[in-house]
Amino acid sequence: MARLTPDNTTLAHEIIARYPKPKSALIPLLHLAQEQDGYVTDEAMRHIAELVGVTPAEVRGTGTFYEMFQFEPVGRYLINICGTMSCALMGADDLMHAAEETLGVHAGGTTDDGMFTLHRAECQAACTEAPCLQVNYRYRFRATPDDVRTLIDDLRAGRLDGEIPPHGTLARTRQHIPADRGVGAVDPDDVAGPPAWVTVDADTSQGAS
Amino acid sequence: MSPNDDAVNEPTDATDDAGSSGDKAVMVDDAVADADTVDSEPVVEPDPDAVTITINGREVSARRGELVISAAERNDAYIPRFCYHPRMSSVGMCRQCLVEIDTGRGPMLQPSCMVPVSDGMVVDTESDTSKRAQEGILELLLANHPLDCPVCDKGGECPLQDQAFSHGPGESRYVEEKRHYEKPIPISDLVFLDRERCILCDRCTRFADEVAGDALIHFMDRGNATQVNTYPDEPFSSYFSGNTVQICPVGALTASPYRFKARPWDLEQVESTCTTCSVGCRTSVHSSRDRVLRFQGLDVSDDHGEAVNHGWLCDRGRFNFESIHADTRLGEPLVRTDAGLTATTWSSAMSITADLLGSALAAGSDSVGIIGGARGTNEDALAWARLADACGVGRRDAQVGDGIPAEILDLPRASVDDACAAATIVLIGPDLKQELPVLHLRLRAAVESGRTKVIEFTPTGSGLTAGAWRSQQYVPGALVETVRQSLSDSDVAAQLAAGPVVVVAGRPNLAEQGPAVLDAVEAVVAAAPQATVLPVLRRGNVIGALEAGLAPVSGDTDAILRAAADGQIKVLVLLGADPLRDHPDAQLARRALAGAERVISIDGHMSSSSRAADVVLPAAVMGEKSGTTTNIEGRTTPVEQKVTVHGTARPDWMIALELAQRLGHDLGVSDLNDLTAAVPHAARHRSDRVPAASAMPPSNYELRLIVSRTLYDAAVLTAASPSLAELAAGPGLSVHPADLEALGVSSGDDIRVVGPRGSVVMPACADDRLRRGTVWAAFNQVDPRGVHGDIREVIDASAVANDVRLEVVS
Amino acid sequence: MSADTYAWAPGFVAGDRPRIVTSRFEYEDSYTLERYLATGGYEGLRAALGRNAADVHEQVRSSTLLGRGGAGFPAGIKWGLTPEGVFPRYLVVNGDESEPGTYKDRLLMERDPHQLIEGCLIACYAAGLSQCFLYIRGEMALAQERVGAALNEAYAAGYVGRNICGTEFSVDIVLHWGAGAYVVGEETALIESLEGNRGMPRLKPPFFPAAIGLYGQPTIVNNVETLANLPFIAANGAEAYTAIGTETSPGTRMVAVSGHVKRPGVYEIINGTTTFRDLLYGEEFCGGIRDDNELKAFVPGGGSAPWFLPDQLDLPFEGRQVGAAGSMLGSGAIMVMDSTTDIPAAALTLTRFYAHESCGKCVPCREGGTWLMRILERIVAGDGTTDDLDLLLEVGGSICPGDMPHAASAELGLEATPFPYKMTTICFVGPSAYVPVHSALTLFRSEFESRVTPVRPRVRIPVAAAGGGA
Repeated sequence: MARLTPDNTTLAHEIIARYPKPKSALIPLLHLAQEQDGYVTDEAMRHIAELVGVTPAEVRGTGTFYEMFQFEPVGRYLINICGTMSCALMGADDLMHAAEETLGVHAGGTTDDGMFTLHRAECQAACTEAPCLQVNYRYRFRATPDDVRTLIDDLRAGRLDGEIPPHGTLARTRQHIPADRGVGAVDPDDVAGPPAWVTVDADTSQGAS
Repeated sequence: MSPNDDAVNEPTDATDDAGSSGDKAVMVDDAVADADTVDSEPVVEPDPDAVTITINGREVSARRGELVISAAERNDAYIPRFCYHPRMSSVGMCRQCLVEIDTGRGPMLQPSCMVPVSDGMVVDTESDTSKRAQEGILELLLANHPLDCPVCDKGGECPLQDQAFSHGPGESRYVEEKRHYEKPIPISDLVFLDRERCILCDRCTRFADEVAGDALIHFMDRGNATQVNTYPDEPFSSYFSGNTVQICPVGALTASPYRFKARPWDLEQVESTCTTCSVGCRTSVHSSRDRVLRFQGLDVSDDHGEAVNHGWLCDRGRFNFESIHADTRLGEPLVRTDAGLTATTWSSAMSITADLLGSALAAGSDSVGIIGGARGTNEDALAWARLADACGVGRRDAQVGDGIPAEILDLPRASVDDACAAATIVLIGPDLKQELPVLHLRLRAAVESGRTKVIEFTPTGSGLTAGAWRSQQYVPGALVETVRQSLSDSDVAAQLAAGPVVVVAGRPNLAEQGPAVLDAVEAVVAAAPQATVLPVLRRGNVIGALEAGLAPVSGDTDAILRAAADGQIKVLVLLGADPLRDHPDAQLARRALAGAERVISIDGHMSSSSRAADVVLPAAVMGEKSGTTTNIEGRTTPVEQKVTVHGTARPDWMIALELAQRLGHDLGVSDLNDLTAAVPHAARHRSDRVPAASAMPPSNYELRLIVSRTLYDAAVLTAASPSLAELAAGPGLSVHPADLEALGVSSGDDIRVVGPRGSVVMPACADDRLRRGTVWAAFNQVDPRGVHGDIREVIDASAVANDVRLEVVS
Repeated sequence: MSADTYAWAPGFVAGDRPRIVTSRFEYEDSYTLERYLATGGYEGLRAALGRNAADVHEQVRSSTLLGRGGAGFPAGIKWGLTPEGVFPRYLVVNGDESEPGTYKDRLLMERDPHQLIEGCLIACYAAGLSQCFLYIRGEMALAQERVGAALNEAYAAGYVGRNICGTEFSVDIVLHWGAGAYVVGEETALIESLEGNRGMPRLKPPFFPAAIGLYGQPTIVNNVETLANLPFIAANGAEAYTAIGTETSPGTRMVAVSGHVKRPGVYEIINGTTTFRDLLYGEEFCGGIRDDNELKAFVPGGGSAPWFLPDQLDLPFEGRQVGAAGSMLGSGAIMVMDSTTDIPAAALTLTRFYAHESCGKCVPCREGGTWLMRILERIVAGDGTTDDLDLLLEVGGSICPGDMPHAASAELGLEATPFPYKMTTICFVGPSAYVPVHSALTLFRSEFESRVTPVRPRVRIPVAAAGGGA
């Protein structure tokens, strides 16, 4: 599987339609591709390029800028251990050592069974709960080395399957704009006037692109 | 250098300062020159847009909207820069051009490539803070640069090297390990990328996206690991890739035809004009040891501030310099003997030629035909036109049956800048991206800017289709009706009335008659009486040749070939023309060359037609001769000799003058200067044109044939340039997928293309951009294995349009 | 666990103070529409829709609501910077919270998404914005889930989309996730990212997003916390808002205190009056330094901010005074270092962060940030030389030429140099890589000196000789 599936292609079209310009959907579609395959495949990027009307080089150029996108297969669980200041002050190194020891890989590595990829991450916006880590972007706060070992055991045993989906899935609830409620994308090429509820400067309102 | 030096930017100083490039001032000039342009607009006072600013304590005048970096440069305060390029949008990312600018709130460090001048602004390019910033940036730029200058092609003309010298800190304190990448990697057939040298200035990537519209190279990854690259297995196969090499401010991008061929300080250069097509891009021809080694684009404006190519070149024009020194060059005269074509002396060959012409003329001036002249200079064409006049030869034509009637030149002419400033461009012609690539770039820029709308009439779609306001795909044979119908649309009429209209007119389809284009253009001009016309005939100096007198007087190329085929031509003179390969109707061309009693070929390269000739006179090619050329706008610019001619080759004009002498005619000119002075401008053309045939008779062949050029084909100069020869796609027929499916044939399978004339076999390719019922083949594609045939075999030049059917090859 | 913390809002400490944006955090189901409506939700929107747009805009202007993203620019004035007559205009919500030390927007999105949605709607109504894009940081899966679900509820209930609450007001809110890039928190980079590009900041001036933003149109970029204040202002009026806090810094403000304190947490504090000493030592806040250690230093406003010493503890958490004292408040994040802290190593964690997060557009940030990091790494590993200390300042000087802001120190006899600094980069990421280096070296030079060995011969590479030029 590499290109987006028919279902995901339908979803892709729905996402694209929300934006005034199709290219805006590029990052959401890369997420969709990563959710589908666990990482972003070359074929998926070509498909996305077709869908939003840019070159594959532009898709890859945008995609590689953002570190959440993986372009090689990673483990079912991506463990990101924060190492920025607050977490570092509160013992992030100990978490990393525990994880490296338990998994038998260094930061950046993937276990032989393809279950885990371990990354050293930067600030995860949970500084008061330091040290923290994320598994597939689900938090573990004020973690101890023991917590890390337990977490890895639980993940391996499938005890967290309900809470933590495989790598690539972020929110499990997607936005859906009902057709009868949505306004639709406001494209500057089509709309030049003020919105209906603005009356005050309506008389000076012409001249948009 | 040319007379209009003041309006010219020198791309490098190599010509004037070869050997003295160690001088600091020269190095700075070099860096200036990298921008490939100068503000050449003449300063006319008083300028209502003038603002007064202070630069380094001096009050100077600048123009509203002008960037500080450019105003400073005009006023001898060169600010170092890498990412800034005057023909692309500013991005302000290298930070090299930071200077202190005070707009009333105290001096602030600002990128001078992003800040427009404003009245009263105070700029200090030399303050301690400015210098500290500039030195700091240069040290940082060099931190990860490999400093492999001794083995770098750019060394000696490198803005990084030069500006490190002129504005750098003098030493590097970077002791960490540098970034490493595999070096260099090919990113296309022509361009190599060395990511270690790259300073990530965004010039190449910006060019690819913004100017060429081929965003095939892009920044990848982030931060300190950012690199330029292509998508895997998707090379930077842009027709304009060579420009990125020229504008790269370091040696990161190199072009295979020039890699390791010369040191910049050994190069000599001269300003000239590219004559690969009729756009007339201004170039600089670089040579070393009497060999042309590269062409660079020049950004030159004329006295009206109008420029042709903005410094850009297409890859075909840039890299076909290789053909100058190709094995196929003719170095000595040849005459046909029992042993075939045999080398002889000029005096013998000229004597034979004069005798042949003399006796043919004695039988009547209509027994001589002259085809060609568009590959030479205006002087070449003028000499031959005068010779033809003196001999009374009316059967002459600079076009080879692949253009449109020369009367197109009688319509009010537009310039490229006119077209780019027009409210509406009506395009009736070929895909400019394939045939006149730099004109395509210019028009594309106008469309992208939003100020110009394109209405195009095309059988296939074109490089401008995506940005066109209206793209009308017409069925060959129905051009005029389609245009008339479209003009009756009220939206179209309103658009044509909305502002200046420029009609860009050329031959959209070589399997369809040319005169229809003229009728279509006249229909547009009737609807928009102020419209001006940009004639996009393709061949290098075709406009100059037609205007110099090589337009048909009695019978165009088609008529000449028909007469030859009927045995009415005793001597057929081919002036750099190769009808056997270039005329759309292959069978007619073959019959003509067989039917002509004698064929005299004057050519720089051994071509199919010269191989079939009785006398072959070796001609000097561009780069080996001086003179002038005239482009589609009617703009006459110099071409300059840079290297010694190959063998004993001579320019065409010299051959004409000697023949005139031998035939006892005085042409009124005796040397090149006389000819240059006599080159006419905007001559009128005959009016005995053949009306376009009205309707296509019904046929048993259900598919309408479209044939047009692609950039890379078997044209002589391309085929003789090893770097380009491989890029031609070879024969093939594009068919709408539904039509292909109906035949039960898959894309890539061979099919037989059958027309009334005969049939050829070539691979089929599905292409859903075509209308159903039409098929398209690229012109002048050759299969070196001889398996696939030439589409010209099924073209009948006398037909309104050509129909074919497809048969499955068992 | 103390009574004013809640298992479902990790890190949040309620305290006994007026709260505006965290008022629903005590409810476990605060993110549902049902709870939101039961606690006064969408009343601000209804109140706004009852007046004309210009009046609502004026109300926000007079509330002096300051932007909470870092720059502290008044929201009502920002809305007014759009060029007259140019439409459509967009709202882009900056939910890309990533500044080291900062933790507030995520909590607001996870715990009270409808409050944010209501804030977006009021902003769109008041400023005439035709479409809203709600950009949430990629790593915040739960926030994406909660805001997505809340939007689905709000659409179904008629609060978002066509003819909101039966009026002419119609606007879509499009949920958009980022994908991991700190720099996208910068508003022009956010717009680039939303256009599907690499999130590289655009130069401003000449073009601020309010004039030329998303798709080249006027665009308001507001922080999550900023917008979360709007329902309160719309429902209760500007006076109710300015009654809290000080004249120049009205309302409340969310502050995250992390690092070596007894009770790290996120606090909604009264704006402008609370001092750092209150925050670090007060019983209703952090309750002191862990293990009752000495305070060594603290970062007062997120990882980009110059460091403070115990000398600055009595300053109020207020932008102007903090700026005069040599730092900034930024995004409301305090990171505390006690006496056990290895200062060079701590500085390295921040410099590494900013070097890692450089977008690569500007040379000083791309090359200089990584260079600083490499030198620091050597020093921390014990391989540094005394020369390296000056080199750090020299390289930093290529990113920030001129005087660097820093705190006063009685012990060192240092006067404060006020914020801000000069910079050779487009945005603040590059300088931010240097700020911790400069603060650490200026305030704790002896800790570096004890780590480095005397000069080893430096490699000097004359640039000109390396080229072909001289």
